[in-house]
Amino acid sequence: MATADKVLVYDRIKGVKQIPLEEFYTSGHRTCQGCESATVMRQFIKAAGPRTVVAGSTGCMYVANTSYMTTPWIVPWMHTQLGAGGSSAVGMAAGLRALMRKNRIPQEKINVISFCGDLGGGDMGLSGISGALQTDYDLLIIMYDNESAANTDIQATGLTTWGAQTTFSPVGKVERIMHRRWKKNVAAMLAVGHPNCRYVATACATFPPLDFLNKVRKALSIGGPTFIHTYDPCPKGWDFHPRYSHELGELGVRSGLLPLYEIIDGEVVYTYDARKTAKGRIPVREYLTRQGRFAHLTEEDIAHIQRMVDQMWDEWEVPGVAPFRGTLKVSA
Amino acid sequence: MAVAQPVGVYEREDLLTGCQAVAEGIRLANVDVIAAYPIRPYTEVMDAISKIIADGKLVAEYIVADSEHSQFEIVKHAASVGARAFAGSSGTGWMYGFEALVVTATDRLPVLFLVGNRALDDPGAFGVEHNDALAIRDMGWLLCWVATAQEALEHVLLGYRIAEDKHVRMPMALAMDGAFLTHSQHIVRIPSQEAVNRFLPPFDLGERRLHPDNPVSIAPQVNEDWVMEIRRQNWEAARRARRVIATAYEEFNQVFGQRYRPPYYFEEFLTDDAEVVLIGMGTVAMPARTAVRRLREQGHRVGYVNLRWFRPFPTEELRESLRRFRAVGVIDRDFAHGAPDDGGVLLHEVRSCLYPVRERPAVVNFITGLGGRDVSIQDAIRMFEITQEAAREDRLDGFVTWVGVRE
Repeated sequence: MATADKVLVYDRIKGVKQIPLEEFYTSGHRTCQGCESATVMRQFIKAAGPRTVVAGSTGCMYVANTSYMTTPWIVPWMHTQLGAGGSSAVGMAAGLRALMRKNRIPQEKINVISFCGDLGGGDMGLSGISGALQTDYDLLIIMYDNESAANTDIQATGLTTWGAQTTFSPVGKVERIMHRRWKKNVAAMLAVGHPNCRYVATACATFPPLDFLNKVRKALSIGGPTFIHTYDPCPKGWDFHPRYSHELGELGVRSGLLPLYEIIDGEVVYTYDARKTAKGRIPVREYLTRQGRFAHLTEEDIAHIQRMVDQMWDEWEVPGVAPFRGTLKVSA
Repeated sequence: MAVAQPVGVYEREDLLTGCQAVAEGIRLANVDVIAAYPIRPYTEVMDAISKIIADGKLVAEYIVADSEHSQFEIVKHAASVGARAFAGSSGTGWMYGFEALVVTATDRLPVLFLVGNRALDDPGAFGVEHNDALAIRDMGWLLCWVATAQEALEHVLLGYRIAEDKHVRMPMALAMDGAFLTHSQHIVRIPSQEAVNRFLPPFDLGERRLHPDNPVSIAPQVNEDWVMEIRRQNWEAARRARRVIATAYEEFNQVFGQRYRPPYYFEEFLTDDAEVVLIGMGTVAMPARTAVRRLREQGHRVGYVNLRWFRPFPTEELRESLRRFRAVGVIDRDFAHGAPDDGGVLLHEVRSCLYPVRERPAVVNFITGLGGRDVSIQDAIRMFEITQEAAREDRLDGFVTWVGVRE
């Protein structure tokens, strides 16, 4: 992180006492106890400040968050459709730029932030986010990932961890594991596919402390279209006691299952380096066995997840980020 | 149409396709944000607009989107911050973005869309059918068909004027027949910028504008507590639109001369002494009008009603007009499989509109010109003949005929 901070000038929050006291996401929402996605909401807008417009895709952070006449948003906020995380940001940014070019509104920097869940952003809205990352508008897309369609009853998405029980992947008498998709590598896919996008990051709202706040500040400072993927433990969906939300996030990161990094102008900077040569990893078991959604997993299943995670960090060309393997070859 | 118009209202004449005429309208309306995605036949409007922007004749944000859904969401959100926005589509592309079309209306964002009418897949056909645009008829959109390139240009200006009116604030779909208007050239008189500025005020979204100085929350979750009241507000906007539409045409006439005659929502051709009329939307007016002239030469008292506005539907005005005739033949360039009497979409609107009339005319229906099939003058004459027969014989009321189909 030290290297990147030298090249990137931004208003860094250096300690917890420097976190702005002012709240722009306040009372009025109906999110669950221990909701980490709500923490993502509160923090991103705290970091961005009041000169911001926000679009929120359909998802639990719409349905549970923004009830008529009890909105928690102090900043201007608008609902957008499940797959419109990217396009809504482009629309707002384009509209504001056009009005400023024509002197119909005052020239100023207005942050444009659009948030979407893992189902809306990582599955349905991927094409729109890709489109947004090809533009030259200043915008930030935050994909809050609680590994499920959390407002519809906890259904599996393309980002749900392999083997998890959801209402779409129950444990049955014949099939123990119904969710057999490996977690989609959204942030790295977007970074690899959009070389002009200057900032892509993953984050966990509470681990390490201040990290997510500063990643939002960096994304908004660097300019152009940017993307942050957050890992949000969900007590209801993952089946654990709400008091452990922060801890679960930390365990996920330290197990290597949820890699934390930023990609700034193509340079990968690990926020938490889970390679064995660096901070290393705790066994995935310590993360998985704390959650009811994995209670049905056998020793073999846990070993399978461990093998996949070990491959991510020990065999990938860019460990934890890009799944290319081995030396580069040229065909004869 | 009247020819006289004040000096200086038009800057030049040009030979333009329907799409190119719309692009000139977009330039004159000084649109702020345009989002494009290709699909025939509407797409030519984006070819023309991108060239206008590249030549420096319009300052606008021009975005080539990744899909129709994104295209429509982009202009919706551009409108939410107060920008005048434009997009469009055709056929299945229009349907791909349908979710965005619904919320654009329920959010009451006055974007203008061009629908270059195209048959829905499968099987593939580039030609005109009206089912694409008609799909939004219940969603809270303004929906109007134009029949010439001149009308197309003028209805871009009228469209923004009506859609953005603070009593309306509804999105506007400007529909035109694929190929027959999108790609056919007409001599078009292009208004001067000065005249357009006199007619079309700048867009002001007022208290609903999304901006840090106006920190509102738009479209939060309401559930059963409020959705019915909000639907009611949208309904009231659609009702108010009828009055605003008439006012807009009157204002247009004041600036550009007597271009349009009341009741504006539709245009009648040789109906004063007619016993029997056909009614249709779009370019089918051309063979229908020619058929009227030919039949009148033979002494038949026939006329044609060109319906321009489908939403809001001009119920009162059309009822007062059509009740004068003995029979009405409704031309549908669409299908409504399984609908009452197996008729088309327009049949049911017209018949429902006439239902309260005690001595109402017989109404027959024609399904024709699907997938871009030509509707010939002979086809139109045949439709008149069947309608005349319906005027004589009660048993034909509600009769549906497919015209121009191989059976």
